[in-house]
Amino acid sequence: MTDALFFYAFAVLVLGGAIFTITRRSAVHSAISLIVSLIGVAGLYLLQQAEFLFAVQIVLYVGGIMVLFLFVIMLVNLDQAAKQRQFNRQWLVALLCVAAVGAEIAYFVRKGASGFQIARPPAPVDVNAGGNTEQIADVLFHQYLLPFEIASLLLLVAVVGSVVMAKKRI
Amino acid sequence: MAPITTTHYLALSAALLLIGTIGVLTRRNIVIILMSIELILNAVNINLIAFSHYLHNVNGQIFAIFVITDAVAEAAVGLGILIALFRNKETVLADEVDLLKW
Repeated sequence: MTDALFFYAFAVLVLGGAIFTITRRSAVHSAISLIVSLIGVAGLYLLQQAEFLFAVQIVLYVGGIMVLFLFVIMLVNLDQAAKQRQFNRQWLVALLCVAAVGAEIAYFVRKGASGFQIARPPAPVDVNAGGNTEQIADVLFHQYLLPFEIASLLLLVAVVGSVVMAKKRI
Repeated sequence: MAPITTTHYLALSAALLLIGTIGVLTRRNIVIILMSIELILNAVNINLIAFSHYLHNVNGQIFAIFVITDAVAEAAVGLGILIALFRNKETVLADEVDLLKW
């Protein structure tokens, strides 16, 4: 019961924030709405007993990526862009395509709900016996060690790439 | 009130994915296009966590961590490109960058 209430509250945060993100004229307003949406997503992680990802979402997305976005918005002069047309000319075609994809997803979720029994509430098992973070660390550093190292390499490439991109003359 | 099932999370994630796609396809401002990409990646993460919870398997959360890593790298490089673009072309509107147009 309380779970359902929290789910709907967070769902309103997520979807409302997302809709405001893509419709606001000012990029700063969009960024603030995106923060609301990301905090809602973090709440959904907590509802599903993914405590480590909840912390990562708050620290990394809200604390890291969004500060980066706001920093760039302040750095780049967006006043000119805010005064112009906000949506491009293909918006009607885009909406039709998205509606088609949405109908497709709804159809397959409806079909698959009976096959996978995802429509039943999950059994109340203590999934985090021994701690959520400990479980993640165990699997990440044993089973997924190579992908973990490749991800660190990706981050190194991203650091070098963004520094090169921000140089005075490229 | 009906109990919350995995289907609810799937529906929410599908809605978030579609909103993000609309943002990518229709907005002109590159900053907001990048934000819409973050929305899409978050929809993927909700899906992964929902199935991780449903199957009592922590692997979905590991994949979500990798998706977040990719999102960080993409945001950093994307915003770097945006700054370089603004310095050279004085615009942040996606359809005014038409160097490759015939």
